[in-house]
Amino acid sequence: MATSLPNINEIMDVCLLAGKIMLENGAETYRVEDTMARIAAGYGIKHSHSFVTPTGIIFSADGSESTKFSRILERSTDLRKVTMVNSLSRLISNGELSLTEAYHQLKVLETAKLAYPIFHKVAAAAIASGCFLIMFQGQWRDFLPAFFAGGAGYFCAVYLERFVRVKFFSESLAAFIIGLMALFFVSTKIGVQMDKIIIGSVMPLVPGLLITNAVRDLMAGHLVSGLSKGAEAFLTAFAIGTGIAVVFSFL
Amino acid sequence: MLQKGTPTMIEQLITSFIAAAAFGIIFNAPKNSLLQCGFVGMLGWAVYFSFVSYKFDPVLGTLAASFIVAFVSQIFAKIFRTPMIIFSVAGIIPLVPGGMAYDAMRNFVQNDYNIAIQLAAKAFMLSGSIAIGLIFSEVIYRIFQKS
Repeated sequence: MATSLPNINEIMDVCLLAGKIMLENGAETYRVEDTMARIAAGYGIKHSHSFVTPTGIIFSADGSESTKFSRILERSTDLRKVTMVNSLSRLISNGELSLTEAYHQLKVLETAKLAYPIFHKVAAAAIASGCFLIMFQGQWRDFLPAFFAGGAGYFCAVYLERFVRVKFFSESLAAFIIGLMALFFVSTKIGVQMDKIIIGSVMPLVPGLLITNAVRDLMAGHLVSGLSKGAEAFLTAFAIGTGIAVVFSFL
Repeated sequence: MLQKGTPTMIEQLITSFIAAAAFGIIFNAPKNSLLQCGFVGMLGWAVYFSFVSYKFDPVLGTLAASFIVAFVSQIFAKIFRTPMIIFSVAGIIPLVPGGMAYDAMRNFVQNDYNIAIQLAAKAFMLSGSIAIGLIFSEVIYRIFQKS
């Protein structure tokens, strides 16, 4: 069998930690598996096996008795962390990063708060909503209503999720608030086309990342994670639809 | 109905650039990649918009746009040595048939099931064409890489 490395447990820890960070921050499944295999190879484990699903990672290496498992509880999107783990793994495969150093850096990265401040994100969501309104053939007159509705909706989605911890609920409530605001703007004659305002403002909540990831996973042969990500995307879309639907019952 | 004419191509380009870059911020893309995100989004939307305004089927437009988005993202990923997903996500978002899904949902709620199912089927077709565009460009890129 493969020559057993003395520090094989530490290597596996580094691999799992890197995989966990990537998966928690919205990387595709095949990329997570690829990165873990590369890190393992960089430290001398020629053959490693991993099984990655959106809710957990199982990793084992040839030459080691144990198989390790890591549970993924929260998933969000932070592409900067994905990029950073990616560049760390590049360093490791070039042999420029020692094992302890890599573990230390990953540990720091795991808890680091690299996200843009919430205020920036809400502003970005508001601007994006306004721009989407124009892209979907809306009128410039509706720009401001979409701007405010989109910003408020995104803020609610983020804030409520911290509060209630149920994604479905926070998303449908955010969509409900968007619908209410659009209704308010149109009935006070500030806005004109209610449909366009709602479509534009809902866009920041649409699970676009999940959909693309689900499809790419399915095509890469990761059937389990592809299907479960697809289910998550569908649930989000359904939540948004429900929120809007409630508003229509007032009409 | 519309007062000052429908939005022109230039307006579309500018708004799609800003929207895609803003999505980069929402997804926490690194600061130095935001401009590229905007560029990819603008390119994809420009392709889609020109297809649709020349009366092609939206499915075809979405297919072409997602193909271009994925292809350019792959080239950027190679140049900047980052995961491709950073660029492709921002470009794909505008193509997602959110408006149509919304219309379908609205018709469902108003008990107009015939129209609702038609719209839902169309939205499904559009999402499928996004997927096929992504895969197609990945395959072509791999073939290029090998030769």
